[in-house]
Amino acid sequence: MSQPTAKTWDEFMEGVWRQNPVFVMVLGMCPALAVTVSAINALSMGVATTFVLICSCALVSMTRRFTPKEVRIAVYIVIIATFVTAVDYAIQAISLALYDALGAFIQLIVVNCIILGRAEAHAAKNPPLPAMINAAGMGLGFTIGLFALGSVREIFGAGALFGVPLFGEGFQPWVVMVLPPGGFFVLGCWLLLFAAIERRKQRKLVEVTENV
Amino acid sequence: MSIEIRSAPHIKAPRSVEMIMRHVVWSLMPICAFYIYQYGLSAFASLVVVTGSCLLTERWFTKTGTQSGDISDYSAVITGLLLALSLPPGFPLWMGAVAGFVAIALGKALFGGIGFNVFNPALVGRAFVQAAFPQAIATYTPSFLPGRFHEMVPSSMAVPFMQPADVLEWLKLKQLDALAGATPLAKWKFEGVLAGAEELVTSLSGHMAVGPSPALILVCGIYLAMRRFMDWRIPAAILGSAGLTAWILFAISPERFPNPFFMLFSGGLILGAVYMATDMATSPVTPKGMWVYGAFIGLMTVVIRYYSGLPEGVMYAILLGNAATPLIERITQPTPFGKSALARLGQVKRGASYPLHPGYISREDAGAVTPKKRFLPNKPKREDRES
Repeated sequence: MSQPTAKTWDEFMEGVWRQNPVFVMVLGMCPALAVTVSAINALSMGVATTFVLICSCALVSMTRRFTPKEVRIAVYIVIIATFVTAVDYAIQAISLALYDALGAFIQLIVVNCIILGRAEAHAAKNPPLPAMINAAGMGLGFTIGLFALGSVREIFGAGALFGVPLFGEGFQPWVVMVLPPGGFFVLGCWLLLFAAIERRKQRKLVEVTENV
Repeated sequence: MSIEIRSAPHIKAPRSVEMIMRHVVWSLMPICAFYIYQYGLSAFASLVVVTGSCLLTERWFTKTGTQSGDISDYSAVITGLLLALSLPPGFPLWMGAVAGFVAIALGKALFGGIGFNVFNPALVGRAFVQAAFPQAIATYTPSFLPGRFHEMVPSSMAVPFMQPADVLEWLKLKQLDALAGATPLAKWKFEGVLAGAEELVTSLSGHMAVGPSPALILVCGIYLAMRRFMDWRIPAAILGSAGLTAWILFAISPERFPNPFFMLFSGGLILGAVYMATDMATSPVTPKGMWVYGAFIGLMTVVIRYYSGLPEGVMYAILLGNAATPLIERITQPTPFGKSALARLGQVKRGASYPLHPGYISREDAGAVTPKKRFLPNKPKREDRES
């Protein structure tokens, strides 16, 4: 029993950490740079993408046996578009302000390369349950990535997190952080941080193997 | 006795990066002194803090090995001094420190250190703070305020990450006439008030919110050019092209555009032309390219000043020029000695001293046959690597 659990956990963590869509694979950069002006926008974008990712991967995986190879991309797009439409209406019903803030990027989840990539690379080859677990991991990784960008940009750009002011009156907002260049700066800094962690880990690994 | 075979140059002047940079720093000293004389204590604090921030960042990046070069080559000092001179004197010190850090980290260390940077580091720092703190960077204080040597501008001492104090209130207490706290360029752009050319050249009369005297900067620049620490072509081309463009526009409609002298001596054009555009790593090395580069910067400066929402355009003009530098160098390669006759006959496509498509980039020009692909016999399989 322990064997499958370990493998499932591994599959889940693959998307969260080792193959993180934002920090490692650098996929889905359009929403990652465009809607991460505040933490709440980033988080809801991540949740919406995760929902679409899990549902469409499950359906793609279920229909994998009788999907003709030649038209599979069109089939995936139709499946993804269905769930995106559902999410689109759901967000509109829950919060109109959020819907306006996210704008066209909710509809653009259809062309998010993480979802199409997962459907093509994983869901089309695996049974529904592993496909959903993998998709959930990827979705969580994407949400974490977006949140990391959104929170830093909101803290610097507005002095707040989730709309709660952190520094009190008289905080000087860094206007650049809520502008497009700020997205690139913050993404670059996060990538730098992860590259530095990775390099340190490699160096330690080399030291350990040398000592042995 | 051993014979050493080397490629040119064979005669070297006793001249190093560090020595050139040191001379530039010395030539900046009178300008800094004048700036402190104009604005007093807060100008001094701004110079010290921004340069210190640049030096600390440089020290950290050279020590951790991210960046080549050495902190003792004075290049970070130049970056810091130029950055401080281009910021308003009452700029909050913590924002100045941010600008210094961004200048070295983003403008220099990221590219690999001295000589590798694509953009002038001081201008990268300034562009960042201009985008981040647009209000603070547009707030100038008048020069020659009474009591400037024992009182700082209140906005200088803002608590880090907090908004600076209101300077206009403080200026009202001083009770001086005609204090708008705007630079001559902003005054012309938004209020239609034109300052006289003589006042601008010396920066000495009245309480104008201007940088150090353009005349002094030109004198220091001439010293550098005479010692050949700087190429005279770039400032000459920038000033010539900016002056010419402004003069043509002035001739077309004198009531709409200011006179060319105002264009040349206001804002940071002289400082930018003499000290920032001539940065050796970011400007073309070919003589013809220097003229093209300077003419482009001068033209862009006038265009941005006249037709955009910003009052000042020197910074963006120079950054655009820096970006165009590799292209300019490529199209202005000098003809090597002895090649010109062939070039005229059309035998040589272009008088480049290196092939435009070297063999390691493209084999098609040389008509070479691409070698057949050979696969490794023991290429590791995908499954092996993953397990």
